[in-house]
Amino acid sequence: MTEALVFFMAHANTWAATALLCVGLWVIMVRGNLFKKVIGLNIFQTGVFLFYISMGYVRGGTAPIVVDDPDAVYSNPLPHVLILTAIVVSVATTSLALALIVRIRESYGTTEEDDVIAADEP
Amino acid sequence: MNEHLIVRVVTKMLVPFVLLFAIYVQMHGDFGPGGGFQAGVIFATGFIVYGLVFGIERLIKALPLRILLFGISGGLLLYAGVGIASLFAGGTYLDYGVLDSHDPVHGQHLGILLVELGVGITVASVMTAIFITFAERWHR
Amino acid sequence: MEQIIDILLLLLVVAMAIAMARLTNLIAIAILGGVYSLVLASIYVLLDAVDVAFTEAAVGAGITLTLMLAAISLSARRERLRRRPVRNAIAVAACSVVAAGMIYASLEMPHFGDPDAPIHTHVAPRYIEASPEEIGVPNMVTSILASYRGYDTLGETTVIFTAGIAVLALLWRWRRDGR
Repeated sequence: MTEALVFFMAHANTWAATALLCVGLWVIMVRGNLFKKVIGLNIFQTGVFLFYISMGYVRGGTAPIVVDDPDAVYSNPLPHVLILTAIVVSVATTSLALALIVRIRESYGTTEEDDVIAADEP
Repeated sequence: MNEHLIVRVVTKMLVPFVLLFAIYVQMHGDFGPGGGFQAGVIFATGFIVYGLVFGIERLIKALPLRILLFGISGGLLLYAGVGIASLFAGGTYLDYGVLDSHDPVHGQHLGILLVELGVGITVASVMTAIFITFAERWHR
Repeated sequence: MEQIIDILLLLLVVAMAIAMARLTNLIAIAILGGVYSLVLASIYVLLDAVDVAFTEAAVGAGITLTLMLAAISLSARRERLRRRPVRNAIAVAACSVVAAGMIYASLEMPHFGDPDAPIHTHVAPRYIEASPEEIGVPNMVTSILASYRGYDTLGETTVIFTAGIAVLALLWRWRRDGR
């Protein structure tokens, strides 16, 4: 019983990140509303972030800010740097996608993907 | 009485502290969590709150687009300019150690300060400009 | 104790993601997205990633929420739900393949928080040891971001710059005098 619990605790973060990845991917593929697709993309990106940050965690460590203790253990700062960049890139992508959706709405009068494709058929 | 009186008074008192906190986060990025990106976003949030409560016209009058355009390009120019300055000082591109001729660690501090300032200015200007663009479209 | 809070927050995050996928009222989804970012920031604090938590809370619950509400208020408020069984089946199959692959790969990965994992023994110890002497800045994330990996941050600032210019080019109504 405790073995199963230890095994679950060892991989719970990765499985939660996998669940987020799958939910995001499903929303992008199935839902037709363009806003919903942007939200699905956001969920997908947060799944990737959670995966990376969970890999950088060190048990018994602290945040990667140097303290005076000579034998302090720090969490790995490298995934934090990469994910910091990725979060900012994700907000840039989301804002550009929202601007495009606003223009599509003004040109076609709708934000449903099926209506936009049907309006483009000759 | 105007029904939004409480919101307007509280916002007027709160916005200077939000901007001050943004400057604090920018300058303290070396010693605690913080740095250019977080400071830029919080700075933009101060202006966005002002725009939400008092109307987008007053925000555009306080921050015309020309100033934001200067901010957007100026921050990136500052970052790339620090790299060019290190080229002139004798090192490779973005090598901060040669910025101070006596002490490489001091040069690193100077380089990091300027670079984070550039990032903060660009992020703050871009976020505020994007919000003003969306809100002004709605206002018409 | 910490692990129990971690598990609870992870369950909450997955539940909120599923709720965001199934709702149809777009404004409710946007606000739920803001709460989702905040809970995710709490998970990052538990995982000792304080800089990332700061950025995620400020950006996710601040900027993204505001922009989504602004864009949604310029368009329709509800999503039109349409049954698409074929696309649904393909999507479920693709997601099952992704989930199966990741779970199978995760069984071989090092345990959560293991200090001897390969990720902690290659480049990171060099940064952790050299950063106080070479750069002298206490926040190691800032020193790596601005100095050791300065090129990446230059590229990221260019991405933000490009996104800002692109949104201005798409949506701003330029007048004749260039304002």
